[in-house]
Amino acid sequence: MKIAVASGKGGTGKTTIATSLALSLAAQGSTPPPIFLDCDVEAPNAHIFLRPNMQEEREVGLLIPVVNEEICTHCGKCAEICQYHAIAVLGQKTLVFPQLCHGCGSCTALCPEKAITETPARMGVIERGVARNGIPFARGLLDVGQPMAVPIIRSLKAWMPSAPGQDVVVDCPPGASCPVVAAIRDADYLLLVTEPTPFGLHDLKQAVGIAQDLKIPAGVIVNRVNGDFPDMESFCNNNDLPIHMRIPFARQAAEGIAQGKTLIDIWPDYEATFLAMFHQIANIKK
Amino acid sequence: MKIILTATSPSIDSNIDARFGRGAHLIVVDLDTLEWQAHANPGVGASGGAGSLAAQFAANQGASAVISGDFGPNAFNALQAADIAMYLFGQCITVKEAVEKFKGGQLERVGAPTGQARHSHG
Repeated sequence: MKIAVASGKGGTGKTTIATSLALSLAAQGSTPPPIFLDCDVEAPNAHIFLRPNMQEEREVGLLIPVVNEEICTHCGKCAEICQYHAIAVLGQKTLVFPQLCHGCGSCTALCPEKAITETPARMGVIERGVARNGIPFARGLLDVGQPMAVPIIRSLKAWMPSAPGQDVVVDCPPGASCPVVAAIRDADYLLLVTEPTPFGLHDLKQAVGIAQDLKIPAGVIVNRVNGDFPDMESFCNNNDLPIHMRIPFARQAAEGIAQGKTLIDIWPDYEATFLAMFHQIANIKK
Repeated sequence: MKIILTATSPSIDSNIDARFGRGAHLIVVDLDTLEWQAHANPGVGASGGAGSLAAQFAANQGASAVISGDFGPNAFNALQAADIAMYLFGQCITVKEAVEKFKGGQLERVGAPTGQARHSHG
């Protein structure tokens, strides 16, 4: 089963949950162990908790058009077809805006003079190795200054196919925009980690909207519970979102996480809780 | 000679819109005949590359200069490629004022992008 862990609001505990879940699954000893993908390519941090030995690295990016001005007749067909306004004819020049280009290749294919060639533009790297408990681990890292995370996330997922029966835990980026969709897409289940505050609830609603659009079943984990927050309960109730876990606000958790410990390192009993949740999800999926 | 100004409403009597790429309306003024026409800015509502779209409009109109409050990197590169001069409206409030100040050579010409790129997607 492929489980994506997302949130909406950042800082709710996605990586805490995702790493704890992966370790709990790996502790069962079943082969093959679950794959862990850190898809928060702008600020990956799962490696702090899973401590992988990285073995391979690959540059990734997109193919960006390059215009041969000597052949270009400035007919403008490339600019017409481009959905992202990444290529434009201005005066007697054809300009490419690389940061807007999504690498679809339409301009290159369509140019009547064959004046466009494609050149690889690096945007970041993907890396893989083996983490604690033999977990196959991979992550992406977007270069500083690059605006587009999605190509890295797509390359990362394509690089790590899972074997039949192998579970995958996907640690998603925060927020509710394109990188999150790219990370969540094709998951069997979406675990949404939230906190019982108005901000948490507001952003949770956006993430739930994405799950509904992608038709992926979702459930909620409420983290840092400290008292009642009825709005959260009623929202989940009204939207058929099971609340799988409620984790209390505890200084001990913050201390442990600051030391690179997952929840099951801090409280070993949580391993059984995570496994029970996993089986609960597997039953929902049936 | 044609110039283009960004405006908040589709009229020569409108106030200036401070943004080039996403300024609501583009007022095309023919300085020789003093005729003017208002157009909706193709950059408004674009998910990205608004500056480039507005610049392409200016190039297609045959404008020699544009007047606005802010030119991001896409707009700047596009307008420069099209050999269209960029001016800031400075203290002017209305489009008419800016046209007069331009004719008097009192507007500041821009030699580099005045703003950062804005990224709306990842």
